[in-house]
Amino acid sequence: MSDASINASTVREDEASFGDYFALLKPRVMSLVVFTALVGLLAAPVPVHPVIGFCAILFIAIGGGASGALNMWWDADIDRVMKRTKGRPIPTGKIQEGEAMAFGLALSGLSVIMLGLATNVFAGAFLAFTIFFYVVVYTMWLKRSTPQNIVIGGAAGAFPPVIGWIAATGSMSVEPWLMFALTFMWTPPHFWALALFMRSDYDDAGVPMLTVTHGRRATRVHILVYTALLALLAVGTAFSDIGGPVYLTVALIMNFLFLRGAWKISRRNEDASEADNFRVERNFFKLSLLYLFLHFGAILAEALLKPYGLGGWG
Amino acid sequence: MSLRKTHELHQRRFGRNIGVALTLAAFIVIIFGLTVVKVTRGDFEPPRGEVQN
Repeated sequence: MSDASINASTVREDEASFGDYFALLKPRVMSLVVFTALVGLLAAPVPVHPVIGFCAILFIAIGGGASGALNMWWDADIDRVMKRTKGRPIPTGKIQEGEAMAFGLALSGLSVIMLGLATNVFAGAFLAFTIFFYVVVYTMWLKRSTPQNIVIGGAAGAFPPVIGWIAATGSMSVEPWLMFALTFMWTPPHFWALALFMRSDYDDAGVPMLTVTHGRRATRVHILVYTALLALLAVGTAFSDIGGPVYLTVALIMNFLFLRGAWKISRRNEDASEADNFRVERNFFKLSLLYLFLHFGAILAEALLKPYGLGGWG
Repeated sequence: MSLRKTHELHQRRFGRNIGVALTLAAFIVIIFGLTVVKVTRGDFEPPRGEVQN
Protein backbone atom coordinates (compact mmCIF):
# COMPACT_ATOMS: atom_id res chain seq x y z
CA MET A 1 0.00 0.00 0.00
CA SER A 2 2.94 2.27 0.58
CA ASP A 3 3.44 2.89 -3.16
CA ALA A 4 0.01 4.39 -3.50
CA SER A 5 0.02 6.36 -0.27
CA ILE A 6 0.85 10.02 -0.12
CA ASN A 7 4.26 11.01 1.19
CA ALA A 8 3.91 14.63 2.19
CA SER A 9 7.62 15.38 1.84
CA THR A 10 7.87 14.40 -1.86
CA VAL A 11 4.47 15.37 -3.16
CA ARG A 12 3.74 18.61 -4.96
CA GLU A 13 0.23 19.78 -4.14
CA ASP A 14 0.06 21.51 -7.53
CA GLU A 15 1.07 18.43 -9.49
CA ALA A 16 0.04 18.65 -13.14
CA SER A 17 -3.08 17.02 -14.51
CA PHE A 18 -3.45 15.65 -18.05
CA GLY A 19 -5.13 18.92 -19.01
CA ASP A 20 -2.06 20.90 -17.95
CA TYR A 21 0.11 18.98 -20.42
CA PHE A 22 -2.52 19.59 -23.09
CA ALA A 23 -2.46 23.32 -22.23
CA LEU A 24 1.29 23.31 -23.02
CA LEU A 25 0.33 22.66 -26.65
CA LYS A 26 -1.52 26.02 -26.88
CA PRO A 27 -4.85 24.50 -27.99
CA ARG A 28 -6.23 27.78 -29.33
CA VAL A 29 -3.25 28.33 -31.60
CA MET A 30 -3.47 24.65 -32.54
CA SER A 31 -7.08 25.14 -33.69
CA LEU A 32 -5.87 27.82 -36.15
CA VAL A 33 -3.10 25.48 -37.34
CA VAL A 34 -5.57 22.62 -37.83
CA PHE A 35 -8.04 24.75 -39.77
CA THR A 36 -5.54 26.45 -42.10
CA ALA A 37 -3.62 23.21 -42.72
CA LEU A 38 -6.91 21.45 -43.52
CA VAL A 39 -7.79 24.16 -46.04
CA GLY A 40 -4.32 23.84 -47.62
CA LEU A 41 -4.76 20.07 -47.84
CA LEU A 42 -8.28 20.17 -49.32
CA ALA A 43 -7.64 23.10 -51.69
CA ALA A 44 -4.80 21.13 -53.32
CA PRO A 45 -5.68 19.69 -56.73
CA VAL A 46 -4.74 16.14 -55.68
CA PRO A 47 -7.36 14.07 -53.78
CA VAL A 48 -6.13 12.66 -50.46
CA HIS A 49 -7.35 9.43 -48.84
CA PRO A 50 -9.42 10.44 -45.75
CA VAL A 51 -7.30 8.41 -43.32
CA ILE A 52 -4.05 9.84 -44.69
CA GLY A 53 -5.57 13.35 -44.67
CA PHE A 54 -6.66 12.90 -41.04
CA CYS A 55 -3.19 11.69 -40.05
CA ALA A 56 -1.53 14.58 -41.89
CA ILE A 57 -3.65 17.16 -40.05
CA LEU A 58 -3.15 15.39 -36.72
CA PHE A 59 0.64 15.34 -37.04
CA ILE A 60 0.77 18.93 -38.27
CA ALA A 61 -1.33 19.86 -35.19
CA ILE A 62 1.00 17.90 -32.88
CA GLY A 63 4.00 19.65 -34.49
CA GLY A 64 2.31 23.02 -33.88
CA GLY A 65 1.57 22.02 -30.29
CA ALA A 66 5.16 20.87 -29.77
CA SER A 67 6.49 24.26 -30.86
CA GLY A 68 4.00 25.84 -28.40
CA ALA A 69 5.45 23.72 -25.56
CA LEU A 70 9.01 24.69 -26.54
CA ASN A 71 7.92 28.34 -26.69
CA MET A 72 6.52 28.08 -23.14
CA TRP A 73 9.75 26.46 -21.95
CA TRP A 74 11.95 29.22 -23.37
CA ASP A 75 9.62 32.08 -22.43
CA ALA A 76 8.81 30.90 -18.89
CA ASP A 77 10.54 33.95 -17.41
CA ILE A 78 8.43 36.49 -19.30
CA ASP A 79 5.26 34.40 -18.99
CA ARG A 80 5.55 34.83 -15.21
CA VAL A 81 5.45 38.61 -15.62
CA MET A 82 2.69 39.06 -18.19
CA LYS A 83 -0.93 39.06 -17.01
CA ARG A 84 -2.07 37.25 -20.17
CA THR A 85 0.31 34.31 -19.60
CA LYS A 86 0.60 34.09 -15.80
CA GLY A 87 -1.88 31.22 -15.63
CA ARG A 88 0.10 28.94 -17.98
CA PRO A 89 1.29 25.56 -16.57
CA ILE A 90 4.96 26.59 -16.06
CA PRO A 91 4.39 29.97 -14.32
CA THR A 92 1.85 28.33 -11.99
CA GLY A 93 4.46 25.69 -11.07
CA LYS A 94 2.40 22.72 -12.27
CA ILE A 95 4.96 21.70 -14.88
CA GLN A 96 8.73 22.15 -14.59
CA GLU A 97 10.60 23.94 -17.38
CA GLY A 98 12.69 20.85 -18.19
CA GLU A 99 9.55 18.72 -18.47
CA ALA A 100 8.08 21.15 -20.99
CA MET A 101 11.27 21.09 -23.04
CA ALA A 102 11.39 17.28 -23.09
CA PHE A 103 7.68 17.10 -23.93
CA GLY A 104 8.12 19.60 -26.79
CA LEU A 105 11.21 17.92 -28.22
CA ALA A 106 9.63 14.45 -28.07
CA LEU A 107 6.44 15.61 -29.78
CA SER A 108 8.46 17.53 -32.40
CA GLY A 109 10.38 14.40 -33.36
CA LEU A 110 7.25 12.25 -33.33
CA SER A 111 5.20 14.65 -35.47
CA VAL A 112 7.94 15.20 -38.09
CA ILE A 113 8.70 11.49 -38.51
CA MET A 114 5.03 10.49 -38.56
CA LEU A 115 4.05 13.19 -41.07
CA GLY A 116 6.94 12.13 -43.29
CA LEU A 117 5.82 8.47 -43.12
CA ALA A 118 2.10 9.21 -43.51
CA THR A 119 2.46 11.58 -46.49
CA ASN A 120 5.88 12.39 -47.94
CA VAL A 121 9.38 13.33 -46.78
CA PHE A 122 9.04 16.88 -48.14
CA ALA A 123 6.03 17.56 -45.88
CA GLY A 124 7.88 16.15 -42.85
CA ALA A 125 10.94 18.27 -43.59
CA PHE A 126 8.80 21.39 -44.00
CA LEU A 127 7.10 20.74 -40.65
CA ALA A 128 10.57 20.41 -39.06
CA PHE A 129 11.56 23.73 -40.62
CA THR A 130 8.36 25.36 -39.29
CA ILE A 131 9.05 24.16 -35.73
CA PHE A 132 12.66 25.39 -36.05
CA PHE A 133 11.45 28.76 -37.35
CA TYR A 134 8.94 29.26 -34.54
CA VAL A 135 11.17 28.07 -31.70
CA VAL A 136 14.63 29.24 -32.75
CA VAL A 137 14.09 32.15 -35.17
CA TYR A 138 11.02 33.68 -33.50
CA THR A 139 11.04 32.63 -29.82
CA MET A 140 14.78 32.52 -29.10
CA TRP A 141 16.01 35.24 -31.43
CA LEU A 142 13.51 37.79 -32.79
CA LYS A 143 10.95 38.06 -30.01
CA ARG A 144 13.31 39.76 -27.56
CA SER A 145 15.51 41.61 -30.03
CA THR A 146 13.40 43.51 -32.56
CA PRO A 147 10.03 45.30 -32.73
CA GLN A 148 9.57 43.49 -36.05
CA ASN A 149 9.32 40.26 -33.98
CA ILE A 150 5.77 39.36 -34.88
CA VAL A 151 6.08 40.54 -38.49
CA ILE A 152 8.81 38.01 -39.29
CA GLY A 153 7.77 35.53 -36.62
CA GLY A 154 4.25 35.55 -38.07
CA ALA A 155 5.67 33.41 -40.87
CA ALA A 156 5.77 30.44 -38.51
CA GLY A 157 2.02 30.63 -37.98
CA ALA A 158 1.49 31.04 -41.71
CA PHE A 159 3.26 27.83 -42.81
CA PRO A 160 0.53 25.23 -41.95
CA PRO A 161 -1.52 25.66 -45.19
CA VAL A 162 1.72 25.20 -47.16
CA ILE A 163 2.48 22.01 -45.21
CA GLY A 164 -1.09 20.79 -45.85
CA TRP A 165 -0.69 21.45 -49.57
CA ILE A 166 2.70 19.67 -49.71
CA ALA A 167 1.24 16.72 -47.76
CA ALA A 168 -1.37 16.34 -50.50
CA THR A 169 0.73 17.04 -53.60
CA GLY A 170 4.35 16.41 -52.61
CA SER A 171 5.28 19.67 -54.34
CA MET A 172 4.93 23.46 -54.15
CA SER A 173 3.05 25.97 -56.27
CA VAL A 174 1.85 29.58 -56.03
CA GLU A 175 -1.51 28.92 -54.36
CA PRO A 176 -0.29 27.69 -50.94
CA TRP A 177 2.04 30.69 -50.82
CA LEU A 178 -0.97 32.98 -51.33
CA MET A 179 -2.55 31.35 -48.26
CA PHE A 180 0.77 31.80 -46.47
CA ALA A 181 0.87 35.49 -47.43
CA LEU A 182 -2.70 35.99 -46.22
CA THR A 183 -1.87 34.74 -42.70
CA PHE A 184 1.54 36.42 -42.74
CA MET A 185 0.08 39.87 -43.52
CA TRP A 186 -2.82 39.33 -41.12
CA THR A 187 -0.61 38.58 -38.10
CA PRO A 188 0.86 42.08 -37.44
CA PRO A 189 -2.45 44.02 -37.25
CA HIS A 190 -3.94 41.19 -35.18
CA PHE A 191 -1.14 41.25 -32.58
CA TRP A 192 -0.63 45.00 -32.57
CA ALA A 193 -4.31 45.50 -31.74
CA LEU A 194 -3.81 43.06 -28.85
CA ALA A 195 -0.68 44.95 -27.74
CA LEU A 196 -2.65 48.22 -27.72
CA PHE A 197 -5.25 47.03 -25.24
CA MET A 198 -2.92 44.78 -23.17
CA ARG A 199 -1.07 48.05 -22.46
CA SER A 200 1.87 47.55 -20.07
CA ASP A 201 2.07 43.75 -20.37
CA TYR A 202 4.84 43.60 -23.00
CA ASP A 203 6.56 46.61 -21.44
CA ASP A 204 6.73 44.88 -18.04
CA ALA A 205 8.16 41.76 -19.63
CA GLY A 206 10.77 43.71 -21.62
CA VAL A 207 9.48 42.40 -24.96
CA PRO A 208 10.22 45.04 -27.64
CA MET A 209 6.74 45.22 -29.11
CA LEU A 210 6.10 48.11 -31.47
CA THR A 211 3.96 49.80 -28.80
CA VAL A 212 7.00 49.83 -26.50
CA THR A 213 9.77 50.79 -28.95
CA HIS A 214 8.00 53.15 -31.36
CA GLY A 215 5.04 54.27 -29.28
CA ARG A 216 1.33 53.71 -29.50
CA ARG A 217 0.72 56.37 -32.18
CA ALA A 218 3.16 54.64 -34.58
CA THR A 219 1.52 51.28 -33.81
CA ARG A 220 -1.90 52.66 -34.83
CA VAL A 221 -0.46 53.88 -38.14
CA HIS A 222 1.30 50.55 -38.71
CA ILE A 223 -2.00 48.71 -38.20
CA LEU A 224 -3.62 50.83 -40.92
CA VAL A 225 -0.75 50.38 -43.41
CA TYR A 226 -0.55 46.61 -42.93
CA THR A 227 -4.35 46.29 -43.14
CA ALA A 228 -4.36 48.19 -46.45
CA LEU A 229 -1.63 45.91 -47.87
CA LEU A 230 -3.49 42.87 -46.54
CA ALA A 231 -6.72 44.02 -48.23
CA LEU A 232 -4.97 44.28 -51.62
CA LEU A 233 -3.52 40.79 -51.21
CA ALA A 234 -6.75 39.26 -49.90
CA VAL A 235 -8.92 40.64 -52.70
CA GLY A 236 -6.26 39.84 -55.33
CA THR A 237 -6.23 36.19 -54.19
CA ALA A 238 -9.86 35.96 -55.36
CA PHE A 239 -8.58 35.87 -58.96
CA SER A 240 -6.15 32.98 -58.42
CA ASP A 241 -6.88 29.25 -58.74
CA ILE A 242 -7.99 29.02 -55.09
CA GLY A 243 -10.37 32.01 -55.40
CA GLY A 244 -13.80 32.36 -56.95
CA PRO A 245 -17.09 34.25 -56.55
CA VAL A 246 -17.72 33.02 -52.99
CA TYR A 247 -14.23 34.03 -51.90
CA LEU A 248 -14.45 37.38 -53.69
CA THR A 249 -17.72 38.24 -51.91
CA VAL A 250 -16.29 37.32 -48.50
CA ALA A 251 -13.04 39.20 -49.22
CA LEU A 252 -14.82 42.39 -50.29
CA ILE A 253 -17.09 42.47 -47.22
CA MET A 254 -14.46 41.48 -44.66
CA ASN A 255 -11.74 43.76 -46.02
CA PHE A 256 -14.13 46.70 -46.04
CA LEU A 257 -14.95 46.04 -42.35
CA PHE A 258 -11.31 45.41 -41.45
CA LEU A 259 -10.11 48.56 -43.19
CA ARG A 260 -12.83 50.58 -41.47
CA GLY A 261 -11.69 49.21 -38.09
CA ALA A 262 -8.04 49.99 -38.84
CA TRP A 263 -9.00 53.51 -39.97
CA LYS A 264 -10.89 54.07 -36.70
CA ILE A 265 -7.89 52.83 -34.68
CA SER A 266 -5.54 55.15 -36.56
CA ARG A 267 -7.78 58.17 -35.87
CA ARG A 268 -8.13 57.56 -32.13
CA ASN A 269 -5.92 58.93 -29.41
CA GLU A 270 -5.09 57.34 -26.06
CA ASP A 271 -7.60 59.43 -24.10
CA ALA A 272 -10.49 58.28 -26.26
CA SER A 273 -9.29 54.66 -26.03
CA GLU A 274 -8.90 54.81 -22.25
CA ALA A 275 -12.36 56.37 -21.93
CA ASP A 276 -14.16 53.38 -23.45
CA ASN A 277 -11.60 50.75 -22.29
CA PHE A 278 -10.23 50.19 -25.83
CA ARG A 279 -13.60 49.19 -27.30
CA VAL A 280 -12.56 49.85 -30.91
CA GLU A 281 -9.24 48.01 -30.51
CA ARG A 282 -10.93 45.05 -28.81
CA ASN A 283 -13.59 44.89 -31.55
CA PHE A 284 -10.87 45.02 -34.23
CA PHE A 285 -9.06 42.12 -32.52
CA LYS A 286 -12.27 40.06 -32.44
CA LEU A 287 -12.99 40.95 -36.07
CA SER A 288 -9.47 39.83 -37.05
CA LEU A 289 -10.25 36.30 -35.81
CA LEU A 290 -13.44 36.19 -37.87
CA TYR A 291 -11.57 37.73 -40.83
CA LEU A 292 -9.05 34.90 -41.10
CA PHE A 293 -11.62 32.19 -40.40
CA LEU A 294 -13.95 33.44 -43.14
CA HIS A 295 -11.20 33.89 -45.74
CA PHE A 296 -9.94 30.34 -45.25
CA GLY A 297 -13.54 29.12 -44.99
CA ALA A 298 -14.24 30.69 -48.40
CA ILE A 299 -11.14 29.03 -49.94
CA LEU A 300 -12.41 25.73 -48.52
CA ALA A 301 -15.90 26.37 -49.90
CA GLU A 302 -14.47 27.04 -53.38
CA ALA A 303 -12.47 23.79 -53.20
CA LEU A 304 -15.46 21.74 -52.02
CA LEU A 305 -17.72 23.22 -54.71
CA LYS A 306 -15.28 22.46 -57.56
CA PRO A 307 -16.31 18.79 -58.05
CA TYR A 308 -19.86 20.05 -58.71
CA GLY A 309 -18.68 22.56 -61.29
CA LEU A 310 -19.48 25.50 -59.01
CA GLY A 311 -16.19 26.50 -57.38
CA GLY A 312 -13.64 28.88 -58.88
CA TRP A 313 -14.13 30.99 -62.00
CA GLY A 314 -15.38 28.13 -64.15
CA MET B 1 -0.82 -0.73 7.59
CA SER B 2 -3.83 1.49 7.74
CA LEU B 3 -6.19 2.16 4.90
CA ARG B 4 -6.22 5.83 3.97
CA LYS B 5 -8.88 7.90 2.39
CA THR B 6 -8.22 8.59 -1.28
CA HIS B 7 -6.34 11.83 -1.59
CA GLU B 8 -7.28 14.39 -4.26
CA LEU B 9 -3.83 13.78 -5.70
CA HIS B 10 -4.70 10.13 -6.33
CA GLN B 11 -7.64 11.22 -8.43
CA ARG B 12 -5.49 13.63 -10.40
CA ARG B 13 -2.85 10.96 -11.05
CA PHE B 14 -5.56 8.47 -12.01
CA GLY B 15 -6.95 11.01 -14.50
CA ARG B 16 -3.48 11.54 -15.94
CA ASN B 17 -2.90 7.80 -16.28
CA ILE B 18 -6.25 7.33 -18.02
CA GLY B 19 -5.37 10.22 -20.37
CA VAL B 20 -2.01 8.65 -21.27
CA ALA B 21 -3.64 5.24 -21.76
CA LEU B 22 -6.31 6.63 -24.07
CA THR B 23 -3.72 8.63 -26.03
CA LEU B 24 -1.56 5.55 -26.54
CA ALA B 25 -4.60 3.47 -27.55
CA ALA B 26 -5.61 6.15 -30.06
CA PHE B 27 -2.06 6.23 -31.43
CA ILE B 28 -2.13 2.45 -31.97
CA VAL B 29 -5.48 2.68 -33.79
CA ILE B 30 -4.16 5.51 -36.00
CA ILE B 31 -0.97 3.66 -36.93
CA PHE B 32 -2.97 0.48 -37.63
CA GLY B 33 -5.45 2.38 -39.84
CA LEU B 34 -2.65 4.17 -41.68
CA THR B 35 -0.85 0.88 -42.30
CA VAL B 36 -4.00 -0.78 -43.64
CA VAL B 37 -4.60 2.13 -46.06
CA LYS B 38 -0.96 2.22 -47.20
CA VAL B 39 -0.81 -1.54 -47.77
CA THR B 40 -4.15 -1.77 -49.60
CA ARG B 41 -3.18 1.15 -51.87
CA GLY B 42 0.07 -0.62 -52.73
CA ASP B 43 2.33 2.12 -51.35
CA PHE B 44 4.84 -0.46 -50.17
CA GLU B 45 5.02 -2.53 -53.35
CA PRO B 46 8.35 -2.45 -55.17
CA PRO B 47 8.24 -0.69 -58.55
CA ARG B 48 7.44 -3.08 -61.37
CA GLY B 49 9.85 -3.51 -64.24
CA GLU B 50 8.68 -2.26 -67.63
CA VAL B 51 9.26 -5.63 -69.26
CA GLN B 52 7.38 -8.50 -67.66
CA ASN B 53 7.88 -12.15 -68.45
